[in-house]
Amino acid sequence: MGWDWANAINSLPLLGQGLLVTLEITVLGSALAYVLGLVFALIRRSGIPVVSQVLYLFIEFVRSTPLLIQIFVLYYLLPPTTGITMSAFVTGVVALGVHYSCYTSEVYRAGIEAIPKGQWEAATALSLPRGRVWTGIILPQAVPRVIPALGNYTISMFKETPLLLAIGVLDVLNRAKEVGAETFRVVEPYTMAGVLFLLVSYPASILVRRLERRVGQL
Amino acid sequence: MSDNSEMIRFSRVVKKFGEHVVLRELDFTVAPGEFVTLIGPSGSGKTTILRLLMTLERVDGGTIQVDGEYLSHMDRGGKLVPAQEKHLRGVRKRIGMVFQQFNLFPNMNVLQNLTEAPIRTLGLSKGEAEARAVDLLDMVDLGDKAGAHPTRLSGGQQQRVAIARALAMRPDVLLLDEVTSALDPELVAGVLRVLKEIAATTDITILCVTHEMQFARDVSDRVMMFDQGQVLEEGVPEKLFTEPEHERTREFLRAVIERA
Repeated sequence: MGWDWANAINSLPLLGQGLLVTLEITVLGSALAYVLGLVFALIRRSGIPVVSQVLYLFIEFVRSTPLLIQIFVLYYLLPPTTGITMSAFVTGVVALGVHYSCYTSEVYRAGIEAIPKGQWEAATALSLPRGRVWTGIILPQAVPRVIPALGNYTISMFKETPLLLAIGVLDVLNRAKEVGAETFRVVEPYTMAGVLFLLVSYPASILVRRLERRVGQL
Repeated sequence: MSDNSEMIRFSRVVKKFGEHVVLRELDFTVAPGEFVTLIGPSGSGKTTILRLLMTLERVDGGTIQVDGEYLSHMDRGGKLVPAQEKHLRGVRKRIGMVFQQFNLFPNMNVLQNLTEAPIRTLGLSKGEAEARAVDLLDMVDLGDKAGAHPTRLSGGQQQRVAIARALAMRPDVLLLDEVTSALDPELVAGVLRVLKEIAATTDITILCVTHEMQFARDVSDRVMMFDQGQVLEEGVPEKLFTEPEHERTREFLRAVIERA
């Protein structure tokens, strides 16, 4: 069973469509993880009695269970129990976004804690309103520093999207499987799928490393 | 408002950090417009006094009043209860502070550092706040640095921006916490010159913690020597620096002057 270039090239259009879906899910999932992670970090920091503890348990739960199970729960368990039905695509975005927000919240927390105490004290000495201290002083300093860490999570998320194959999302891997089923040759489509992942992840990780250097100079 | 002869009153103020008692039933008052310098060995509670006034710390006992208004406490149904954040916010506006480490906001330029609080806290328009900021920058000899980024400035320049930032809020009370201690020696003079000018041209009540004894002598109306959380002695600078009553004060002054 040798390598068939024709088959490899023929699989590309479908794989390209899959890649587009994978990228869409990654972008939307990341956006959700960035926003939700920040909200989680702020709630945890606010120390609001019950809410903060419940959130802590939720985050620990999500971080300690496999993403695949969370995807199944969202897709198969949520509709009968809550009546909320989401398409496979939306389920993928929500599952990845919520899952990763439990990690990005830690990133934000570290970034916020790295802001010197003197910044808070100067803000207090100027009687700045609490909300403005966050939006005008703390977050504008904390967020740029954590962008590389957030970027790394986006790359991990990108590489985990094939898990969504389990609920039928037509991502790159699922398209590769499709091609394999049609042509009875799986080597080329799976290999090309891997190559496509590499072609996106590798430049992305170089970009993140560059960002890290930039941030180091802040 | 109570009588006008007191801008600040500490009554039996106690402050502890864990088991360590920093202030033990401290009593003192400061008159409006007075420039009072706090001196004493490190750990004697001087900085804690400023931090209590700025509401960065809470008292463990006793009360603090600013212009007759309780700072540490508030009145609730005729009873004094520890102040809540909302009450603190009101009183705090009248007090400004300059820190040893400047604490400028690095995500804003110099002008924005000066206009941020007047706009957000006092509700000034951008134009009013900027006009005020430009005047203050001129006063601290940094009129040409409005657009500069704080991290591009020398320590002395940063500290002068921090002084201008505190003044932009037009405080009644200004707290100076070792404002020259983090500076290279050649940058100290510029900061002290600005402070002297403020002392001479405004009626702001100033509490100053410093190791610059010549400066303290030149500008202070009164010097208070602290030791172990209490006022060991106090008086006009000529008296306290030349003929202190306590041996402890003499020792301290000798040590500071030798170091300088």
